[in-house]
Amino acid sequence: MNTEALIIAKDLAGGYPSKTVWQGADFSIGKGEFVAVLGPNGAGKTTLFRLLLGLGQPLAGTLSVFGKTPERGNPRIGYVPQQHPIDSETGVEALELVRLGLDGNHWGMGSMNQGRKEAMAALRTVGAEELAHRPLGVLSGGELQRIFLAEALIGKPDLLLLDEPLANLDMRREANFVQLINDVVRKQGVTVLLIAHNINPLLPVLDRVIYVANGRVTNGKPSEILTSKSLTDLYGIPIEVLKDSHGRIAIIGMDEPPEHHHHDHE
Amino acid sequence: MNSIVFSLNVFADLQTMWQYDFMRHAFEAGTIVAIIAGIIGYFIVLRRSSFAAHALSHIGFAGAAGAVLFGLNPIVGLLVFTCGGGIAIATLGRKAAERDVQIGTVLAFMLGLGVLFISLYSGYATEAYSLLFGEILGISATDVFVTLGAALVLLGVVATVYRPLLFTSLDEDVAEAKGISIFWIGIIFMLLVAVATSIAVQVVGVLLIFALMVTPAAVAQRLARRPAQGILISVLIALLATWFGLFVSFYLPYPVSFFITSATFVVYLAVRIF
Repeated sequence: MNTEALIIAKDLAGGYPSKTVWQGADFSIGKGEFVAVLGPNGAGKTTLFRLLLGLGQPLAGTLSVFGKTPERGNPRIGYVPQQHPIDSETGVEALELVRLGLDGNHWGMGSMNQGRKEAMAALRTVGAEELAHRPLGVLSGGELQRIFLAEALIGKPDLLLLDEPLANLDMRREANFVQLINDVVRKQGVTVLLIAHNINPLLPVLDRVIYVANGRVTNGKPSEILTSKSLTDLYGIPIEVLKDSHGRIAIIGMDEPPEHHHHDHE
Repeated sequence: MNSIVFSLNVFADLQTMWQYDFMRHAFEAGTIVAIIAGIIGYFIVLRRSSFAAHALSHIGFAGAAGAVLFGLNPIVGLLVFTCGGGIAIATLGRKAAERDVQIGTVLAFMLGLGVLFISLYSGYATEAYSLLFGEILGISATDVFVTLGAALVLLGVVATVYRPLLFTSLDEDVAEAKGISIFWIGIIFMLLVAVATSIAVQVVGVLLIFALMVTPAAVAQRLARRPAQGILISVLIALLATWFGLFVSFYLPYPVSFFITSATFVVYLAVRIF
C-alpha cells in the first residue's frame, strides 16, 4: 500500500447551515486503502460523502481530495448513492445506464454505440456480463448493486464512494460483493470509502475505519477502533467485540432499532 | 364529405384527401405533433412525470380560453400558461411533481378558470369543445407554420440536452455528482413538455393529450431496451395513430380524436396482453 494521502481533512465540520452534524474531523486516507465509514443513522455519514463529492460545503475546516478542494463532477471519483429508485416498468437495459457513467454528463446525443465496449468491460469487471441486456426494472437489489458499481467503475476512478451498498443483500451476496470490491481495490489501486451498518462482513478486507457518531468523526485501524469501550462510547449502547478461535473479531450489539431501517437521509 | 367513396387504393385516397386544404394542414400538423409527442413522451414516461404533463395541459386550457376571451390566438395563451406552470412544477422539484393531490387540486381550479373564460366569451361552446377535445380539421396554414417552428426548436433542445436528460431521468443522484445541474435540467424538461403540450392540444385537445404524449411512449418503454429505439417506437406509434385517425375520419362522421385515442389504446392493450 502506498502512503500518499488522497483525502486530507483538517478540523472539518459538516452538516447544514442551520445545524452542525459533526465537527473537529481530522483524518487522512491513503491511496489504495479500503475504508469503512460506520455510525448510527443520521450521524452524518452521507454528509461526509457529499463534502467529498463537492455537493456540499464544509461548515468549518478544510478538506482536500487529490490535493484540491472538492469540485462537483470530478471524473476521478466514482459514486454509488444509497437507495436508487428504479421503476419496475423501466425497460432500459443495464448496459445503457452503465454507459451514461462514462459520458452522461456531456451535451449532445453522442453516437449510438459510443461507450458500449467500455460499458461491457465494466460489467465484466463486476461479473454482470449476462445482465447487460436485461431491463433495469426486472433486476434484483443485488444485481442492481453490481450494475451501479459498473456505472461507477466505467470512468476508471481513483476513488470510489459507496453509500450502503450492502443494504438489502443477504449474507452470501454481502460476502460476494465485499470480495468483489476488494478485488477492485487491490488490482486497480482504487481507494474505497464504503458506508455500512454491519461491519462484520467487511472485517477481513478493511484497512481503516472511520466512525461518525455523536457529532464526532474518529478514525483508525480496525484493531484500534474496534474495542468494546470505544464502540460503546460512540453508539451509546453496550457493544461487545469478540474474538473467535482464528483471531477474527465479531461485533455484537450494533443492531439498531428496526423503525430506523432503510429510511435515513443523513 | 361523406359522399366521397373509400377505395382500397390508399394512395388514391390520400390524393383525394389532400385536394382539401384543411386535410393537408391536418396531416402536416398531425405529423409534426406526433413526432414531437413521441419524443417528449418517451422522457415523460421515463421520468414518471405523466401526471405533471397531464396537469400542464389543463393549466394550458385556462390560458387558451383566456386568450380566446381577449381575442388572441389560443396558442399564445397555451404557451404562456403551460410554460409558467412548467417552471412552477419544476421549481417545486421532481418529488413535488409526484404529489398528485396538490397538482390535482391546482388543475381542477385551472379547468374551472378556463370554463369561466369560455362562458365570458359570449358563451361559445364550440371553442371550448375544440380546446378540450382537439380540432385538427380546423388548423390553418399559419398554425402549421407556428407548429413547425416550435417543433424545430424542441428538436434542437432535445438533441442538445439528450444525454444529461437521459442520465438525470435514470439515475438522478449519480448525474448530480457528475456535475449535472438537476434543477436546470428539470426546468428545461418541463419547458419542453409545456411547448409540446401546447402544440399537441391542437390535435387531440387538453383532455386527450395522454393518448399522444404518454400511451405510445408507455408502449415503447415496454418494448425497447435502448432509449434511441424507444424514442423511435414511440414516434412511430404516435404517427400511425394520427394518420389512421385522420384517414378514417375523412370517411366517417366521427371526431378525429376518437380514432387517434382508440388506435393508441388498442396498441397499448395489445402490448400489455402479449
